[in-house]
Amino acid sequence: MRKLISLILLVIIAGGIVLSLKEIPFGISKIKIGDYYIKKGIEETGATNIVTSVVVSYRGFDTLGEITILFTAAIGLSAVLGTYRKRKAGEKVEPPSFIVKTGCRFLFPILLLVGAYIFIHGHLTPGGGFQGGAIIASAFLLMYLGCEGKRINENTSIVVEVLGALTFIVLGIIGLTIGKDFLFNFLPKGEPNTLLSAGIIPVIYIAIGFKVGSELAGIIDHLIEKNQ
Amino acid sequence: MEIVILILVFLMIVSAIAALIFKDLMNAVIASCVVSLIAAVLFYFLQAPDVAMAEAAIGAALVTGIFVIAVKRTKRFEE
Repeated sequence: MRKLISLILLVIIAGGIVLSLKEIPFGISKIKIGDYYIKKGIEETGATNIVTSVVVSYRGFDTLGEITILFTAAIGLSAVLGTYRKRKAGEKVEPPSFIVKTGCRFLFPILLLVGAYIFIHGHLTPGGGFQGGAIIASAFLLMYLGCEGKRINENTSIVVEVLGALTFIVLGIIGLTIGKDFLFNFLPKGEPNTLLSAGIIPVIYIAIGFKVGSELAGIIDHLIEKNQ
Repeated sequence: MEIVILILVFLMIVSAIAALIFKDLMNAVIASCVVSLIAAVLFYFLQAPDVAMAEAAIGAALVTGIFVIAVKRTKRFEE
């Protein structure tokens, strides 16, 4: 009976999705704001990557909300998992094999470099703070897999996280005092397609990259703690 | 190109169903990782490299790692 009811509900939901998506023409630009971003984006923000100019400049306040959500999730996780950190007596941890150890030690610096490259060049090439931060966090995941006994310093990760968030908010407030709105781009925009362009966008994305990387690495640290 | 995308979508559906069916949860985690990886490739084909990067870094790498840790700390086999 329960299975029948859930099947009927699933069919209704699937039908609703199909009916609502049937009318939308995919791949055709019908939204005026998208055209505006594509035509005026580079000129107005100086960022060659239009996605970045939307995420950090036009919709920068939403991004602040996003990193707040991530922050809240990390705090909740550390409140649940961070209190208890003793290994049970007699519990043994298998040492990593030679291949895992060597591979992780080889990949760790390369992944850190790739992550940093992606968020530093967020305004020029695809990617940005969130992607680069996630790559840096996966580098730390590899470190936990391959290098026994090494772990990140919790205080450092918290300090980096707070500094990243503060940079974002302080830049926004400076924009509010100098210009007319929050996150006003007060630095010179420079020449598009060069590293030092787009005003405050690369600064904010570097701050987001540090913040997301240390936050996700902290989450992994909390999760793995009991295991070791 | 159309055929490649069709094959990828087919593989994605197969591995999504496999993730549901597998009784060994470690295999199910790897199958869901394959779903994310193929989704990242598809996003790249659809000219969304930013989303593809996020999907590959978060969906395929971090979530898989966190699930592996979770499975190690709980039960490996589903009844």
